[in-house]
Amino acid sequence: MGNRTALYQCHVDAGAKIVDFGGWDMPINYGSQIEEHHAVRQKAGMFDVSHMTVVDVTGNDARAYLRTLLANDIAKLDTHIGKALYSGMLNEAGGVIDDLIVYHLDGWYRVVVNCATRDKDLAWMAQQSEGFDVNLQERAELAMIAMQGPNALALAKQALPAQNDLIDSLNVFCGKAAGDWFIARTGYTGEDGLEIMLPEADAPAFWQALSESSVEPCGLGARDTLRLEAGMNLYGHEMDETVSPWQANMGWTIDLKDTERDFTGRAALEAQKAAGVPTKLVGLVLRERGVLRAEQTIIVEGSNATGVITSGSFSPTLGFSIALARVPADAEGEVIVEVRKKRLPVTIVKPNFVRHGQSLV
Amino acid sequence: MSEIRSELKYLPSHEWARVEEDGTVTIGITEHAQDSLGDVVYVETPEVGATVAAGEEAGVVESVKAASDIYSPVTGEVIAVNESLEDEPEQVNSSPYDDGWFFKVKPTDIGELDDALDADGYKAAIEDE
Repeated sequence: MGNRTALYQCHVDAGAKIVDFGGWDMPINYGSQIEEHHAVRQKAGMFDVSHMTVVDVTGNDARAYLRTLLANDIAKLDTHIGKALYSGMLNEAGGVIDDLIVYHLDGWYRVVVNCATRDKDLAWMAQQSEGFDVNLQERAELAMIAMQGPNALALAKQALPAQNDLIDSLNVFCGKAAGDWFIARTGYTGEDGLEIMLPEADAPAFWQALSESSVEPCGLGARDTLRLEAGMNLYGHEMDETVSPWQANMGWTIDLKDTERDFTGRAALEAQKAAGVPTKLVGLVLRERGVLRAEQTIIVEGSNATGVITSGSFSPTLGFSIALARVPADAEGEVIVEVRKKRLPVTIVKPNFVRHGQSLV
Repeated sequence: MSEIRSELKYLPSHEWARVEEDGTVTIGITEHAQDSLGDVVYVETPEVGATVAAGEEAGVVESVKAASDIYSPVTGEVIAVNESLEDEPEQVNSSPYDDGWFFKVKPTDIGELDDALDADGYKAAIEDE
């Protein structure tokens, strides 16, 4: 038996198929992953993401510490209380230890990192805090529910009448505390929606209320196809400690503007940029029958260098297969993928396939 | 518990085989297999007229989650394939033993099915997984 979230029994009662995910017993689907996927694109779905790791960073040096720890610069958030920032947390070699979201709250910060990387993240964050006056506190007692889809905000307001003003006031990528709840307009699907952190004791009743107001429970299976269509990275697939943000379509999260800011991994990133980044992360589209899968090989005609699919699946929204892939930096246009002993032509596209229910390819 | 039909024969790789009145054999995948695969998005069946061999690959089923080879339980000529799976592969999930059948074979030696599992044997096999 793995770790269980406060919502585990809700999942079992709803007929979820439970799988191990990073040491947690989590729902992969409640029947049909494709129907759950469509619910998020067309209406509203909800995910139990309580397994993710929340760490609050407080103390006099919280800002200075995070400016050293992260490749993106939280100084961007100085004048925006509640605003969130996406960033990589890098090692000295410029490889990605994890990707995370950090919220700037009043005088402190909330960081959300991945569950599978929890132990090494916490160890790294503690080690890097040496010399800073900061306090790192894991908030394992918080549950987290992501509500996503075009109807998500309206249904959240229906379920939380006392929070209507707060929800209305939330700009995209911003969050606010409401007592011991924290409501943020963020997500991992390419749709509008909220991520709500709340005390574990409150979670089952809230989940039940959402379920009764037609928010579809969705498993990690749909979460993966939704994030893939949205071109969002998954740690361990699109990037890891051997891959720099330049190679993972995360160049926009590297902030080099303040030349005085010597964040961990900066020197390596600048050196790699100067030498030429050898690979890039792209999107792939397969119009023929077949499904692209992680670890399939990409062949670029006229080149000895090959690429590799980092994540691939059938796209329920588009009706054909899509993938994210790391390819040689100069690859473009048509390339070949080896799919189950067959060589199929695929097209390189921007790694962004669906946004707000609309096809981008 | 997944439905396992008593009149069918099974392979440990989760195909079922049904001997029809005319002596042909219809082949599909089990309830347990479709449940493990999740939503099926493509089925690649052999061509009508092709020869399949017992225990050899005869097709592929791809779900959102994974690809899985389909093995034929008997040797023989493929005399029909379920073309409706091209547009509605989800029939494999909703009706694995009926509407979601894959292909039909005219067997050269029906005795090959004696090597396949009966319902109890298959039940025991999936309980061991």
